[in-house]
Amino acid sequence: MTVRQHDFTTALLNPAAPVPHGLTGPAGRPAGKRFNVYRNNVAVSLTEALKTAFPVLRALVGDAFFEAMAGVFLRDNPPESPLMMHYGAQMPGFLAGFAPVRHLAYLPDIARLELALRESYHAKDATPVAPEVLLALPPDRLMQARLRLAPALRLLQAPFPVASIWLAHRQADAPKPAMRPEAALITRPGFDPVVSALPPGGGAFVAGLLSGQPLAPALAMAEAETPDFDLTETLGLLISGQAIIAIEEKVLL
Amino acid sequence: MLDTATHRHHHLPDRPGVGYKPQHFAAIMEAPAPVEWFEIHAENYMGDGGRPLAQLRHLAERFAISVHGVGLSIGGEAPLDRDHLARLKHLTGWLQPARFSEHLAWSTHDTQFLNDLLPLPYTAQTLTRVADHIDQVQEALGRQMLLENPSTYLAFAESDMPETAFLAEIARRTGCGLLLDVNNVFVSATNQQTDPRAYIDAFPLHLVGEIHLGGHDEDADDHGAPLLIDSHGATVVDPVWALYAYTIARTGPRPTLIEWDNDVPDWPVLAAEAARAAAVLDRVPA
Repeated sequence: MTVRQHDFTTALLNPAAPVPHGLTGPAGRPAGKRFNVYRNNVAVSLTEALKTAFPVLRALVGDAFFEAMAGVFLRDNPPESPLMMHYGAQMPGFLAGFAPVRHLAYLPDIARLELALRESYHAKDATPVAPEVLLALPPDRLMQARLRLAPALRLLQAPFPVASIWLAHRQADAPKPAMRPEAALITRPGFDPVVSALPPGGGAFVAGLLSGQPLAPALAMAEAETPDFDLTETLGLLISGQAIIAIEEKVLL
Repeated sequence: MLDTATHRHHHLPDRPGVGYKPQHFAAIMEAPAPVEWFEIHAENYMGDGGRPLAQLRHLAERFAISVHGVGLSIGGEAPLDRDHLARLKHLTGWLQPARFSEHLAWSTHDTQFLNDLLPLPYTAQTLTRVADHIDQVQEALGRQMLLENPSTYLAFAESDMPETAFLAEIARRTGCGLLLDVNNVFVSATNQQTDPRAYIDAFPLHLVGEIHLGGHDEDADDHGAPLLIDSHGATVVDPVWALYAYTIARTGPRPTLIEWDNDVPDWPVLAAEAARAAAVLDRVPA
């Protein structure tokens, strides 16, 4: 009697499935409950990985609900790689289709933000441009320059106040989120990612920089969306977040 | 200036080590004694940068490092994941650890990674498969690996050789060394109702390059028989310390790791466990 790993896996992920024949305890008795140790190990270890990945999502839905939801998620979405730092990438899509939380339409974006935070944490290191270098550039040259952004930078533009909701669950003194579209910026000065809510227009500006636009057209994109866009605040967040790693100027012949 | 890359720690000392946890970084840098080396889980250091890799670089400048893989699925029916093997090659390439080890277990089926060390039957067929996988790993990494004995909760009716004979034959065919987890021996022997000292007596002890010690939980099976669960979440129990002393009396001092992966305590608790291992090592002539 050969127990194939396919049958072992199927029974592992389905608690209602019978334990495969050919698995035994001492004295050759059927394995029974002994098989449940493996079932339990898989469910607990994956649930723990999801708790670590999504702390604010968990706070928003509550511990007991999160745990039950993780049990459903992990059976339909077991990891596809031994790198647990990537596990949970399907969570936003899962939340969007999970009936018990469909009325909480902002949850998928919270999950996206937490995935982006983890990516930022593990992203490649880069040396930022010194603020003096940036500030010493004459404004007309600065406006024509391209700013290369750090590999740890992430931008999430959402129809919900995604950064404000996240911050309200991590900082005691954070303001109550106002229900409006918002862009979240993640920077990583040093090793700890920082979440900021960008001012209106800031999302379009950073998206412009990320697409390789020089500063002037990125600014125009922001102003098209928000006529009174305040460049200073967004640029200040990029500088304090050590997110600008190169200033690329066109060489004029 | 010394080039740290050329002054790596190439050997694990025959002294206590501890499984590295990032929350202990500052405590370790301040007062590591009696811990003399560290083990990392390979898969946690496969990101592109950030704090994990920065801490590891600092740790490796001061201490010998053992890299322990938990995701290669060497006992899997399917071919090894070539992408994952390439990631391991990259990690062991830049880190140049003193040791690399993996498990006699499987964890991947089709595209699914199950994040647990699952058991396999011991037969001529599985022996060939595991030996082929180990040949492939050692060739890709350009180094000898250690293979660890698993903790098991059940057995396979189809198995036709003891685990100790299986491991000895794998090592003979591939030239790999062995990692002897003494807690796993105790857990498996209790669960299979066999004698843990008989397992040690039958084990090819001359191939042991590293020893693991850890904590386990106690449960019972459907018939009320003891069922121990390898939890890595508690102190090492006295019967496992006794089995460790029994082992060390036969092997001589060997690098000995305290594993604690769940409900990780503050550094002094781990240092105290390491001190207990040091006391056993001190009593044995080298």
